[in-house]
Amino acid sequence: MLNNEIIKQKLTEKFPDQLTDWCEPYGMLTFTAPAPLNLKVLQFLYDDAELRFQFLTDLQAVHYPDSKGAELAVVYHLHNLVDNVRIRFKVFVDIEKPDVYSATALYRSANHMERETFDFYGVNFVGHPNLIRILNVEEMDYFPMRKQYPVEDQSRIDKDDEMFGRG
Amino acid sequence: MSEHILLPEGSIEKQTTTLNLGPTHPATHGVFQNVLELDGERILKSTSTIGYIHRAFEKIAERRPLYQITPLTDRLNYCSSPINNMGWHITCEKLLGLQIPKRVDYLRVIIMELSRISDHLICNSIVGVDSGAYTGFLYVMQYRELIYEIYEEICGSRLTTTIGRIGGFERNFTPAAFQNLAKFLKEYPGVLKEFENLFTRNRIFMDRTIGCGPIAADRALNYGFTGPNLRAAGVDYDVRIHTPYSSYEDFDFTIPVGTTGDCYDRFLVRNEEMWQSLSIIQQAYQKVQEFKGADAEVFHADAPAYYLPAKKDVYTKMEALIYHFKIVMGETEMPAGEVYSSIEAANGELGFYLVSDGGRTPYRLHFRRPCFIYYQAFEELVKGGMLSDAIITMSSLNLIAGEMDA
Repeated sequence: MLNNEIIKQKLTEKFPDQLTDWCEPYGMLTFTAPAPLNLKVLQFLYDDAELRFQFLTDLQAVHYPDSKGAELAVVYHLHNLVDNVRIRFKVFVDIEKPDVYSATALYRSANHMERETFDFYGVNFVGHPNLIRILNVEEMDYFPMRKQYPVEDQSRIDKDDEMFGRG
Repeated sequence: MSEHILLPEGSIEKQTTTLNLGPTHPATHGVFQNVLELDGERILKSTSTIGYIHRAFEKIAERRPLYQITPLTDRLNYCSSPINNMGWHITCEKLLGLQIPKRVDYLRVIIMELSRISDHLICNSIVGVDSGAYTGFLYVMQYRELIYEIYEEICGSRLTTTIGRIGGFERNFTPAAFQNLAKFLKEYPGVLKEFENLFTRNRIFMDRTIGCGPIAADRALNYGFTGPNLRAAGVDYDVRIHTPYSSYEDFDFTIPVGTTGDCYDRFLVRNEEMWQSLSIIQQAYQKVQEFKGADAEVFHADAPAYYLPAKKDVYTKMEALIYHFKIVMGETEMPAGEVYSSIEAANGELGFYLVSDGGRTPYRLHFRRPCFIYYQAFEELVKGGMLSDAIITMSSLNLIAGEMDA
């Protein structure tokens, strides 16, 4: 039966000293891989006869403005449907050069998810067939989910929110 | 007009037509645009555009305390908002480490399965509408009404329900709610049977849907399909079985699967799931009635820091007043951590990825919306088919604009 110990052991054998930050929040095995290795890790998890993580559940980014040089985290959630095990892994990239290899060749489902992540965080998925905005308007020239953009729209002058403490 | 018609050199038969199906075409049942490249009535290529009702829920959620995010989840798949609400509550409870009483779990199961029925009912009857059978749609609508009356009795609203709270329900189910439920359980099987008779062996319906918009199991998995659409392709993946939540392990039910993943299989899978949901509701109703005495009054967990106290206590008890104030003002800190929790929504695996830095609002919240992920297969599903098949394929995938755009 596949469990977190075996997964961790197999991954460390294949990628010695390259995978870091192992933890198991709420039971889900989580680790960090170097950004250039993301496809290799995904491919290994997909192909290995025992691991079989062939279902991409989710893909998204998180912005940590305070960690210089590794501001954007791209988070993959994978699912082995045969043994019913889930894992999560992250790659961190510099916000100045947010290049991450696209997983679209491995998972067709990554197409929309990567476009969404690009749309909101500006992660540049290298090798994506059609990396354009998906939910926002094409004319938008910033990435709205980044932390420097507050929720209230500062550019609007037609709203007078003074009475509600927003000034 | 002329720039929309591609005129390759050579004969007139090579002409193709560009057709904008949507954004607000009545047959798309929502705001999506598909630019179709047609050769006569055959689709050569389709390009989807989505995002027309994007409301930035993930961004808004970063500035809202947990209980204020529930109304946002209503508006994902608005045909079955209670399931989304419960999924969100379960995610929060996982993060906060709350223990939920069994009775609350069973009440939640009743609500979730009712909304699964109402969602599938809409989807299947809409497939009927798109294949020319309007009667079924109008007929079953009054039974969805019964479900909405049950919601109304429990939480006061019908469509965007915001039902329940973190830790349980805002109030116990009233006797009227149980009466409505009993009425529904009594009347609905006959109606579903009739609805089934209208469609399942109907020659016209079968001819219209069999072989229409099919997808193989491996393609479906690769495209990230979940829910009835994946099961119609023959993969028995169901979150209720794989990762049971809300005590689903206490119930006896089967997961229907199809073989070809075409519109007909999707219809049949949803139909059978309604029967299974009915049986789950009956079991849950049975289990709820078995609670006696004080146990029969339990409708929320004991989590004073997160569960809004009763108004009566707020006015008379110091502690309740403090908690009320802290919760309403959003001054309750949550533990730091990251959690992924998913439930089987009507359309598939609805996941919540919640990153908390120990503050009062989520640091990052991502909704894994099943619709958004499987919609990308639409272009492949309709390619080479007829325009009218594309319409049926779209409705049988049960695409909900609210869920797609978040």
